[in-house]
Amino acid sequence: MFKVFEDLIVNSGFVHLTWGNLVMWVIAFVLMYLAIKKQYEPLLLLPISFGILVVNLPLTFLMEPNTGLIWRFYHYGVEWEIIPPLIFLGLGAMTDFGPVIANPKTLLLGGGAQVGVYVTFFVALVFGFNMNEAASIAIIGGADGPTTIYLASHLAPYLLGPVAVAAYSYMAMVPIVQPPIMKLLTTEAERKIVMKKLRPVSKMEKIVFPVVTAVLIMMIVPSSAALMAMFMLGNLFKESGVVERLTKASQNELMNIVTIFLGISVGATMTAEVFLQSQVIFIFILGLIAFSVSTASGVLLAKLMNLFLKEKINPLIGAAGVSAVPMAARVAHKVAAEANRQNYLIMHAMGPNVAGVIGTLIAASVMLTFLGK
Amino acid sequence: MASVNAPMEGKVFKINVNVGDKVQMDDEIIVLEAMKMETPIYASDSGTVKEIKVKEGDSVSEDQVLLVIE
Repeated sequence: MFKVFEDLIVNSGFVHLTWGNLVMWVIAFVLMYLAIKKQYEPLLLLPISFGILVVNLPLTFLMEPNTGLIWRFYHYGVEWEIIPPLIFLGLGAMTDFGPVIANPKTLLLGGGAQVGVYVTFFVALVFGFNMNEAASIAIIGGADGPTTIYLASHLAPYLLGPVAVAAYSYMAMVPIVQPPIMKLLTTEAERKIVMKKLRPVSKMEKIVFPVVTAVLIMMIVPSSAALMAMFMLGNLFKESGVVERLTKASQNELMNIVTIFLGISVGATMTAEVFLQSQVIFIFILGLIAFSVSTASGVLLAKLMNLFLKEKINPLIGAAGVSAVPMAARVAHKVAAEANRQNYLIMHAMGPNVAGVIGTLIAASVMLTFLGK
Repeated sequence: MASVNAPMEGKVFKINVNVGDKVQMDDEIIVLEAMKMETPIYASDSGTVKEIKVKEGDSVSEDQVLLVIE
């Protein structure tokens, strides 16, 4: 009788619990709180936080190779690189490229806001990270979750957890991180610039855009194919107007299903041994640098363009070039409205915003070309 | 007389004024929901709200007149 109790206790998780596990529980609870109470990116942070919690329960072996349930999600979904492209399919089906087509100059801004990615890559090398790690960390500056996960799982899978959490944390903090930088780099008069209304975009243009963009970008940067193909296919679904069922499935059901598997898998990579290392702090610091430099470079490029443009653009929309759709565009709109309440910048900011997604995708693909297998 | 138009396509989320209310230029009078975001719409002039042409929950297109200030 006594033996049964003894066995039960020895085989329970309690005796095997480490301090590291407990610290990870705390991190999981904090993320859970932020997701539920503060609604910071809850669609991802909630499953991620739960993944962190359960993987730090001893003897559950959820991430045990070949047998663990979440390991299977992770292996077939993330390592096989299936989930991020499927998320891009959904994103494509939700994205309106109209503002980019109406004002193609904004494509430049979407590229300009990737400077933080390249700067941070070199800073990370100085910090002692190797090339693959540096690239995985730097891409945080693109503020695009699925691209970050895609690149990190390719180049430095052991950093995937912290890199993804850093990326999603900073995306949730866009309204806090960006405005001070934007205000610092612009004058009141610049923030007041009202932009001319965007021209209407025809259905034909919207249908041609994803096809031409897919071909062009994949010809130039072939390693972007997996993400780019799905992204533009989703967009073609939407703009064609003839496959509403597929559009809806991509936007809703499929997107939601893969988000669940992605969230819990990413969370479950964060065991105490992986996460509680000094380098994780550097990942968060470098991620913030990447994000800030990208914001600044977007604004500065817009100001540079204004030197040559007859019709001035409001430089605040440059900051929306970090992807984080549509949060960054909203921030640009809000900061502009603070200076002039009659200024509705949101649609203008959507241009660099969606162009930023393409920009981040290209930045990641370039790194993949030079560093990947 | 000034009309307040929708700066973008979206849904009327909240109307903060009634007909007959006095408003100042830049008062937040309507909240529009577009692309899953709430966007406040401010009065384009000072005066009295003469007519409200939409109700909460309505879908509006770009440039549609939301209300008239006199």
